[in-house]
Amino acid sequence: MNEITFFGRGGQGAVIASEILAEAYFRDGYHVQCFPSFGVERRGAPVTAFLRYDDEFIYLRSQIYQADCGLVLAAGIVQASTFRPSIKKDAVILVNSSQQIPNLDGLRVSYVDATAIALEYGLGSQAQPVVNTAILGAFAKIDDTLKLDNLLGAVASKVPQKTEENLKAVEQAYKSVKSSE
Amino acid sequence: MRQVISGNEATSLAVKLARVAAISAYPITPQTTISEKLSEICGSGELNAKFVKVESEHSAMATLIGAASTGVRTFTATSAQGLALMHELLFWASGARLPIVLVDVNRAMAAPWTIWCDQTDSLAQRDTGWLQFYCWSNQEIFDSIICSFKIAEELLVPCMVCYDGFFSSHTYEAVDVAGQSEVDRFLPPRKAEYFLDTKNPQTFSGGTLPGYFMEFRYKLQQAFDRAHGVIDRTYGEFAEQFGRKYDNIESYFTDDAEAVLVASGSAASTALHTVRKLRLDGKKVGLLRIRQLRPFPEQALIDALKPGQQLGVLDRNLSPGTGGVFTQEIRAALGRQGKNQPVYEFVAGLGGRDITENDIKTIFAMLGNGQGDLTQINWVGLKT
Repeated sequence: MNEITFFGRGGQGAVIASEILAEAYFRDGYHVQCFPSFGVERRGAPVTAFLRYDDEFIYLRSQIYQADCGLVLAAGIVQASTFRPSIKKDAVILVNSSQQIPNLDGLRVSYVDATAIALEYGLGSQAQPVVNTAILGAFAKIDDTLKLDNLLGAVASKVPQKTEENLKAVEQAYKSVKSSE
Repeated sequence: MRQVISGNEATSLAVKLARVAAISAYPITPQTTISEKLSEICGSGELNAKFVKVESEHSAMATLIGAASTGVRTFTATSAQGLALMHELLFWASGARLPIVLVDVNRAMAAPWTIWCDQTDSLAQRDTGWLQFYCWSNQEIFDSIICSFKIAEELLVPCMVCYDGFFSSHTYEAVDVAGQSEVDRFLPPRKAEYFLDTKNPQTFSGGTLPGYFMEFRYKLQQAFDRAHGVIDRTYGEFAEQFGRKYDNIESYFTDDAEAVLVASGSAASTALHTVRKLRLDGKKVGLLRIRQLRPFPEQALIDALKPGQQLGVLDRNLSPGTGGVFTQEIRAALGRQGKNQPVYEFVAGLGGRDITENDIKTIFAMLGNGQGDLTQINWVGLKT
């Protein structure tokens, strides 16, 4: 079983990102389960969402406490004291950032400037870009399991507005993701 | 067609496919997305139903009592304080023998204020004369709602389908959503024998003297006695058509188990995950999942238990002054059957606190090494 945690801020689309990725793994033939951190969402406040996928039906229904993988939509969250304990010591993480972030020893880190890509395709507003589809496009490149075609299909089915722009953001991010080494 | 949807979406789709004619609901978290989706479906014409907007849950239930009295199929959904506000009308619905189906998305009762899950809200309605089912997956939510209309309408008893707030309502997973023609074949339109009709005026549920009231209650109890057979037959028909079989109590790894835990809702799902892991370590543990509170599946429970097993019950609810409701029901059933089996009572996960794999392991460890206390509640994960 693989466990992925999404770290974002209200308005960035972290919860929808988890639903789109669940749909993409489902199209890959996996059993999936995704859910938001259960609370009251507010624009700008930290938002967490969770995704599990496995070859068999997933009975475990507790929160994810130590994820195999972290998708970080708001780069500042990696500096919070709560971040490292919520992922495995050798977790794969993908951060929405235009530059490398120090002090992430032991983690397998990749970066994508999802904010720039979202702004380029007019996703969200200048003040509040919606970066969720861009971060997923980058993830499709670094995750061996996820197939780009299934992600594009999932975005097309789950994103009714600006669908074309979101699909382009996925493809652009897929091409521009960088690993830390 | 299999699709990845939330528990609340599974409800909305099942209600649409059941061709419900009247819906009335008042928003309350975590139920709200059900009534939002249903109001959209009614507004777009996808479902030809009357969606009645009301100012409270009390009015929602009153509206459905009126609608169901005309012989049509009706539905509402609520949670916690909303269900509590319906309380007096829940008795009216069952006393008037109206087969209303209600989804309760389980949420703890305030105060202190909370929107998160436990099962105290629906369990506190156990004496209102409603059938009660508890689900652990989105597929089961969908299937239970389709079955509930059929069961309720045959028995003329209202039915409550319950599942855990957030842990099920807001969790997405794959559900095989049946086609309209398949659901139509399983669930024909409601045919009411007695209903409000201006061409044939009758009075229903009028003032009843002591000479007759008790007989009305006796008839209601008879319907619940008959429910065991009707439910079994309906699940059989459902399995034949859709290939998924349900039972009021489901046993997992219990045959040779030394310790057995009884659980319901999403906690039972995490418990099964943990039992499977413990089995890989050679631990002889098992799970009984209880799906039905009313009518209480006493015989199925007795049949599922083996003598000498250490028995624990996981209650995500509290009746202050006695303890967990499932524990009390199970102890009463064992007592009625003359069984002198000790039952350990575990209360966990109140107000949305997570029930984890480690919590379940702690419970089995206490059952295994005799650390549990038989005379009082064993609290799991309590901060002291």
